[in-house]
Amino acid sequence: MSKTILTVDDSRTMREMLMLALSDAGFSVVQAEDGVHGLEVLEKATPDVIVTDINMPRMDGFGFIEGVRRHEKHRGVPILVLTTESDGEKKDRARRAGATGWIVKPFNPVKLVDAIRRVAV
Amino acid sequence: MDPMAAIKQTFFQECEEQLVELESGLLRMEDGDDDLETVNAVFRAVHSIKGGAGAFGFDELVEFVHVFETTLDLIRSAKLAATPAVTKTLLRASDVLADLVRAAREDGSADAGAVKVIADELSALLGGAPRHGDDDGKVSVEALDFQPVCISLDSIFDIGEPEAPATQDFIVRFKPSAGLYAKANESLRLLRELGSLGEMSVECDISEIPQLTELDPEGAYLCWTIRLTTTASEAEVREVFEFVEWDCELSVETADVGKLLEALQESLEPHEAPEAPVAVAEPKQTSVAIDPAPASFAAPSDEHPAAAKAESAKGEGSGSVQATIRVDLDRVDRLINLVGELVINQAMLSQRVSEAGLSRASSVVIGLDELEQLTRDIQDSVMAIRAQPVKPVFQRMSRTVREVASMTGKAVRLVMDGETTEVDKTVIERLTDPLTHMIRNAVDHGIEKAEDRIAAGKPEEGSLRLSATHRSGRIVIEVADDGAGINRARVRQIAVSKGLIPAEANLTDDEIDNLIFLPGFSTASSVSNISGRGVGMDVVKRAIQALGGRISISSVPGRGSTFSMSLPLTLAVLDGMVVTVGGQTLVIPLTAIIETLQPKKESVHELGTGSRVIATRNTFTPLIDVGAVLLYRDEPIEPTSQVALLVESESGAKCALLVDAIQGQRQVVIKSLETNYGHVHGIAAATILGDGRVALILDVDAIVARPRADMIVAEMPAAAE
Repeated sequence: MSKTILTVDDSRTMREMLMLALSDAGFSVVQAEDGVHGLEVLEKATPDVIVTDINMPRMDGFGFIEGVRRHEKHRGVPILVLTTESDGEKKDRARRAGATGWIVKPFNPVKLVDAIRRVAV
Repeated sequence: MDPMAAIKQTFFQECEEQLVELESGLLRMEDGDDDLETVNAVFRAVHSIKGGAGAFGFDELVEFVHVFETTLDLIRSAKLAATPAVTKTLLRASDVLADLVRAAREDGSADAGAVKVIADELSALLGGAPRHGDDDGKVSVEALDFQPVCISLDSIFDIGEPEAPATQDFIVRFKPSAGLYAKANESLRLLRELGSLGEMSVECDISEIPQLTELDPEGAYLCWTIRLTTTASEAEVREVFEFVEWDCELSVETADVGKLLEALQESLEPHEAPEAPVAVAEPKQTSVAIDPAPASFAAPSDEHPAAAKAESAKGEGSGSVQATIRVDLDRVDRLINLVGELVINQAMLSQRVSEAGLSRASSVVIGLDELEQLTRDIQDSVMAIRAQPVKPVFQRMSRTVREVASMTGKAVRLVMDGETTEVDKTVIERLTDPLTHMIRNAVDHGIEKAEDRIAAGKPEEGSLRLSATHRSGRIVIEVADDGAGINRARVRQIAVSKGLIPAEANLTDDEIDNLIFLPGFSTASSVSNISGRGVGMDVVKRAIQALGGRISISSVPGRGSTFSMSLPLTLAVLDGMVVTVGGQTLVIPLTAIIETLQPKKESVHELGTGSRVIATRNTFTPLIDVGAVLLYRDEPIEPTSQVALLVESESGAKCALLVDAIQGQRQVVIKSLETNYGHVHGIAAATILGDGRVALILDVDAIVARPRADMIVAEMPAAAE
C-alpha cells in the first residue's frame, strides 16, 4: 500500500511541486492550503507523513504542528517542515512545536523523498 | 505539457496574485493600516514569491526578494516603523518586483539600474548591507550549519593511489529522550539508517526499564551502543541523527578513542549508575504520562491496515476538495460554447412546439417553459465562471499613477471604487492597455502641477477616481480626475490646425471634448514619454470599441474630466434587434441602435451622388440601404416602405439603416464567422436563431464607415448649411 503524505502549503506552486515530486515517488498525496485546512483534512485523512510550510495565513506551520501533536489520533505522525535556507531559529521553533524533521527549500525531489523515507517506517 | 513547465506557469499566475495582494496590502499600510495581519499578508506574498523563485532558479529575483522580505520582516517584528517614506519605498519595491517577475517569465531582464536603486534603498532601511540567511531579522548562528568533518589523514597522503574506500570503526552511543518519540521520531528507523552506512553491531541497554506498573508508555528507557564499520565520515554518521540531536544523548567516536573511553567508563560505571538520568522528558510530555491506550508511534496503518487503507482512500478524496478549483480556460470556453448550443436548441424546440399549435397549458409547453428558465440559469452560471473582479486591473493602475506622478513631479492620489465588480475575463484582459493609457493621460494632462492647483484653490494633491459599476447589463468604468478639465479653446485650435475640422465649424462643448478621440489628435505639444508614445485617445477608443464598448468624456473647466466607458459583461452573447432585409434575417447589435424611424417622404433628400440623407432632429443623417450594401438587391428601394434604424457606430458617426421590417429583440449567442468560414465585410459574426436558421450579425461600424465621403458633409449640423 502506498504511503499517504499530507502536504500543507499556501503556495499553489509549492503544492503542485510537492504533488509532482511525491506522486512520482509513488506516494498518495493529500493537500491542504494552511494550518486550519490541514487540521480539517486530518479529520478525514490518515497520512503517514505530513510535510508542512511555516508561513501560512490563518494558522501557520507552528500552530499546525502543535495542533497535530495534540490530536488524539494523529499525534504520532511524523511531520517534516519546509524551511527556507537553514534557518536555525525557525527550525528550532518548529522542533519545539513538535516537528520531526525538516526539508530545506528550495528542495529537490530526491532530498524531499529521502527525508520522508527517513521518518516513515 | 512538461509538468515542470505547467508548475512554472502556476508559479507566474500565483506571482500575479501575490503581487496584487502585496500591493493592496502596502496601499492599506500607506493609508495608515498598522494591523499586524496586513503586514503579515504582505510578508507572506513576498515570501511565497521567493519560495517558488528559488525552486525555479530565478536568482536575480530571489536576490531582490530576499532583501525585500528581510525589510518586511523587520516591520513585522516592529524593528522598523512603517513610516510613509518606508511604505513609499516598499511600494516602489513592489513595482520592481513585478518587473523582475515579468522578466523571469519572459526570459528577459529587468532594468538592473532600477532594481539596484530600490535594493539599495531597502538595504539602507535594513541599516547597512543586505543580510543573508536571516529570515527573522536576527543573526542566526545555525544558518552557517557548521558540522565537524572527519578528515582521514590516510586519504590525504594516498592521493595518487586509486581510491580504496577507507573504512573506520565508530562507536555510537545513543540514548533517546521521550521528546524524541513525542516528535514522531523512531529509534528503530535511526538504527536502520545507521546500518545502511556499513556493518554494525548493536547492543541495547534495557537496564532502565522499570516495573510494568511504573512504566510510562510514552517514556524512553532504552539506550544503544553501536559499533559501526563504515566508509562514511563522522559527519555522515552524525547526519543520521540530524533530526533528533536535541532529543537524545549522542556520542560518536572513532573506535580507538572509543575503546579507550569504554575502558575509562567501565572503571567509572559503579559511581555513575545511580544517577543515570531516566528519560529527560519535556515538561509538557509529563502531563500526558498515563494513557490507557498507549499510542503507538509507528504509523497508524500498522495497527489496522484495512481500516487505515479505507480511511486514507477516503481522505484522498476529501482532502483535495478545496474552496476553489483552477480550470483551464479552454474548458470553460468549450462549456460556454456548448451552453450556447443548448440555448439555440432550446429556442428551436420552443419554436417547433409553438408551430405545432399546442395549447399553452399543455404539459409539453409548461415543461418547455421550465427548460427555458433552466437553460437561462445555466447560461448565466456558466458566464459567471468567466466573470472576474476588475480589482487586479485596477490595482495595476495604482502603479501607473505612482510612476507618472513621480515622473511629472505631481502629487496624485488614486481612489478606487467598485473593484469587486465582475466582468468577463477577456474584457478584463483587454482593458488594461486602454485604461493604463487613460490613467497616464489623466495624470499627465488632466491634473495640474501643485502650484497651479494651490493657485486655483484646490488641495495640493490631485485626486484620480477609478470606479466600476454594473449598469443595465453592462459594466461602466469611469476615470475621473479633479484637474483643469479640457482646454476647449486649445483642443479646437489643434483640431483646426491638424485639419480635423474646418476653421469655421460651429461645435458644441461636447463635440469639442470628443475631438480628442479623433485619430491623429494629440494635445501634448511634444510627445511626452508618458502619455505620448505616439498613440492618442483614438487608440483607446478603438480598443474599447473592439470590446463592444463605448467611451465618452465629460469635462468641466477647472473642475476636471471624467472618462466613462461602458462595456458588455460578456463577449459570448449579444442583445440584438432581429430584422429582415431582402428576405434575409439579420441581427443588429442593440447597443448601436439609438432609435427607429418611419421615413417620411419629405424628410428624405437625394444628394447628387446618388446617396440619400434623412433629416432627423435638425440634422441630416446618411441613409444607408443595408440590402444594397450587402448586395441582397440591385434596385434602389423606396425609403418610405422601409423602417430606418438610427444607429451610431463606435466612432460616433450616426447613420440611418434601411431595413424591410423589424422582427423583434433577442439575446443571441455569437458564433464567429472567421473560425468557420472567413471574414465578410459588413458582417461581424453569425448566430443561430430559434428556427434553426443562421442569421448574420451586422457589423454596424463597417456599414457606417463605408460611405464615409458622404458622411462627413452630412454630419455637419443642419443649421450650419
